[in-house]
Amino acid sequence: MNLITIAFRNMQQRGLASALTMISMALGVALVVVVLSISWIIKESFDRNSNVGYHLIVGAKGGALQLALNTVFYLSQPIEVIPYEEYLEFLPGDDGRPNEIKRVGGWIAEPERKGIFSSYTRGGFAIPVCLGDYVGRFRVVATKPEFFEKLRYGKAADQEYRFESGRNFQVYSPEHGYFEAVVGSRVAREMGISVGDTVKTTHGDPEGEGHGQPFTVVGVLAPTGTPNDRAVFINLEGFYLIDGHARAFEDEAHPDAEKVYVEPELPPGQPPPLPLEKRDLTAVLVKAGQPMFAVHMARPINKRLRTQAVSPVKEVTNMLEMFVDPVRNALLAVTIVVCLVSAVSILVSIYNSMNERRRDIAVMRALGARRDVVLMIVLLESMLIAFSGGALGWVAGHGLAALASPLVEQRTGIQIGFLSSITWVELTLVPGIVILATIAGIVPALAAYRTDVSRHLT
Amino acid sequence: MLEVHGLHKSFLLPDRTRMPVLEISELVVPAGEQAVLIGESGCGKTTLLHCIAGITAADAGSIKIDGIEITRLSESGRDRVRASKIGYVFQTFNLLAGFTALENVRLGMTFASGAKDRQRAVAMLERVGLGDRLHHKPSALSVGQQQRVAVARALVNRPKLLLADEPTANVDPANQQKIIDLIRECCDENRIALLMVTHSMHVAEQFERVIRLEEINHAVRDVLLESAE
Repeated sequence: MNLITIAFRNMQQRGLASALTMISMALGVALVVVVLSISWIIKESFDRNSNVGYHLIVGAKGGALQLALNTVFYLSQPIEVIPYEEYLEFLPGDDGRPNEIKRVGGWIAEPERKGIFSSYTRGGFAIPVCLGDYVGRFRVVATKPEFFEKLRYGKAADQEYRFESGRNFQVYSPEHGYFEAVVGSRVAREMGISVGDTVKTTHGDPEGEGHGQPFTVVGVLAPTGTPNDRAVFINLEGFYLIDGHARAFEDEAHPDAEKVYVEPELPPGQPPPLPLEKRDLTAVLVKAGQPMFAVHMARPINKRLRTQAVSPVKEVTNMLEMFVDPVRNALLAVTIVVCLVSAVSILVSIYNSMNERRRDIAVMRALGARRDVVLMIVLLESMLIAFSGGALGWVAGHGLAALASPLVEQRTGIQIGFLSSITWVELTLVPGIVILATIAGIVPALAAYRTDVSRHLT
Repeated sequence: MLEVHGLHKSFLLPDRTRMPVLEISELVVPAGEQAVLIGESGCGKTTLLHCIAGITAADAGSIKIDGIEITRLSESGRDRVRASKIGYVFQTFNLLAGFTALENVRLGMTFASGAKDRQRAVAMLERVGLGDRLHHKPSALSVGQQQRVAVARALVNRPKLLLADEPTANVDPANQQKIIDLIRECCDENRIALLMVTHSMHVAEQFERVIRLEEINHAVRDVLLESAE
């Protein structure tokens, strides 16, 4: 019979007390595992979206984080708008800007020249987005079809957007005109929207005034695990034609007096879109031809009167460090305290039983057990309780995470298997608990060590 | 086998004075001899057994077990000698309640180096008539059976000396003689020196050698003489 068996028998003998101590330890560990799993899910979710597939968000001057939250995660309220002319400066190629001007038409300065930043974006892209409307509680993103054609998602930004049903919206279609929409997977599921349905947007917030213009849903996105799952995408041209979306006042940075009128070049039968001088944007998503171009491009953008360039990766990382990491650390601190309390409960449980077990210890000593052997037996008992409780809690924590997996996947697109959320911190958890319990076990073990044999032998 | 010379043991009293308990000039029990130790309550019988077993350190004197001078050993050294050369049977059996009969016997082997032979423990329990009670816990055994387990535990390491402290005091009369016979037979079989404490004259009369502690323990004898004067 080895010492572990003896310690196990001692533990068994005080079954109820040992089981309760074990359960309190298991709850502590399960709590830590759940907190770590949640923090893994949050981090995984941010990681997936930090590589958004473009280098810069160009928007109105103001809070950089708010612009990133707004544009990448569709959180917070949109900040100021920028004129459509700013977007034209990013169109790649010598003919990018002139062609877009001819497509839309209206009053514009220097219609023939190329965009200021077009050389940086050659081989990349610039996609305009307008935010601010809602469908139900979901954000509306008014953009161009390139959003789904050119953007990629995933950790390596290498996954193309797929449509679970239907197709991408078009700038103009004969059957729906400028008013086509695509909905994210979660929007479709929660609102019961499918291809062929129509959606109407509300202005400013979910309870805002409704716009009368319906958009026909032509596609439902396959789940991506990105915020795009919970957004409604409408054609930018349709967005501009909704009441109240045209610019009401002259842009002082681009005085109308300096502009010339360009007649739109439209296919026969296509109604004219909103002219250039009446268009504003929330942001332009810019992918430079080379990553280093993005750094060079940011400075002149920030020097412009109306615009700022924000790196979404940097902002997301900053946000993780500013908000998510401290919350996670606070939760971890709480759970570590829970584990410490559990370790102390082991100490209390064993120490309280020392009076009744002193006779047993004296008997073992009388049978030839050295003091260090009885000390080791008590420490082993403490370690056994901690290990059993820790292992139980670990399995329970991951079991809970696995049980919640379908819900998490539905909400975030992230799959958590039984073991997929394990981090290196967690690998130290059970050994850490055992070490903690060993330290806690030293007090009763020393009491065992000091037991006066002749006094407790009868 | 057991040789005690000039043994002194005293206890510290609350008033910081020392009360002598044992002053034994000589006590020898050769290998294979069986002796009973009798004496008044409080005359130091259990303290003597504890000193011999190395549970309590003597103040002075010499105690040799199988030729090993245990008074010169450290506490852990005495523990090792106790585990390998001494068997101890207690008045209240002192079986561990959470362990089965077999585990209680094997517990005795665990602390003796290298003694991990399960078969020997089983054989020992069969020898004391408990072959069919190996996996019973003490609470499921009768008082007599419990003491048999204690005897098996004391003898399983094949000790050179068996110390028995009133082994029949808590056993019903029907089982008392059986326990005595069992202990004596086992000691005979293995030439184990036996020193048994008893209060029962009926038990004492069965032994060829009866040691009256008052006669060899000067600490008690002087007190008795003083009180007689």
